[in-house]
Amino acid sequence: MNAAQMVTALKEKFGEAVLSTVEFRGEHTLYVSLAAAKAVLKYCRDEMAFDYLVDISSLDHMGEEPRFEIVYELYGYGHLQSLRIKSKIPDGEDVPTVSDIWPTANWHEREIWDMMGIKFSGHPDLRRILMWEGYPYFPLRKDFPLAGKPSDMPDVGFTGIAPMADGPFVTSAGALDTVTREPRAKRVE
Amino acid sequence: MVAPAESHATYDSKIEGNIVFTKLDSAINWMRKNSLWPMPMGLACCAIEMMASACSRYDLSRFGMEVMRFSPRQADVMIVAGTVTYKMALAVKRVWDQMPEPKWCIAMGACASSGGMYRSYAVLQGIDHLIPVDIYISGCPPRPEALLEGLMRLQRKIDGEHSFLEQKKELINELS
Repeated sequence: MNAAQMVTALKEKFGEAVLSTVEFRGEHTLYVSLAAAKAVLKYCRDEMAFDYLVDISSLDHMGEEPRFEIVYELYGYGHLQSLRIKSKIPDGEDVPTVSDIWPTANWHEREIWDMMGIKFSGHPDLRRILMWEGYPYFPLRKDFPLAGKPSDMPDVGFTGIAPMADGPFVTSAGALDTVTREPRAKRVE
Repeated sequence: MVAPAESHATYDSKIEGNIVFTKLDSAINWMRKNSLWPMPMGLACCAIEMMASACSRYDLSRFGMEVMRFSPRQADVMIVAGTVTYKMALAVKRVWDQMPEPKWCIAMGACASSGGMYRSYAVLQGIDHLIPVDIYISGCPPRPEALLEGLMRLQRKIDGEHSFLEQKKELINELS
């Protein structure tokens, strides 16, 4: 069974829960409702032999409703097919963990919690993974500035604001072409 | 007879094993600077250059600083080699606090000195925000020669210290 047939089978199996499907250059994407997402994923692993969870990522569509989106990339070493499953998440809503289906999801979900602030219900160990524990912000959200925000927790950690202008490594925004925009094109006085 | 330690005017094979006169500061400094034990705080690509510096081609041991110690309690110079993220900064500070006095710090490369090209929420913009730095080494990453130069400059800096007075000052501060 190839990915296209699997998409058809999943649509038959889950009916209304599959909101739409997209095929782009041989890549198949399934949009599912958040409530059914875990059941679909479990079915993919158990019945369709997607034994490898390549990645979980998340998107912030700020200004849209629902605001967040979660993306599961699946792959099967038996049939060598890949499948992408997406689900929209309203702000503040928890996502059921899939770390009991694929153990690798544990750290992927921790990263999403750390960077995007999406909580996973049933996760065995939902701590931050890249920032220090207790950091008050979610840096990959669209409303978070790249330079960061100051924060301070005595005896735990702190962050500051990075200078975004000047310095030898900063690109010259607004320059005519990509060559003059490069940091190395700057003349040192 | 008072001779500066580096001139070797006091060395004479005929009186070897006998008495050598020097200043206490000079003697202490001479001993300290010629047996720097680095704590290799390798955090990114600079650490690769640091490893190269310790290996046979560049060979730190020619200058008396090859005893890389992975225990902070045995080290006296910390080489911060690489990008210090805020999360790692906590560990760097902790390791620094565990090092016994006297201790020195070298910020190796652009990232450790200033955050380098990582102008972002996740990266500490220079290790000097957290611990005092004695020597900054430029480069991204610096070549082993640059690290050697940095360590030798640190040796020169140590040579000029009033180590005995400073030690007493510490003692007086502790007593008061």
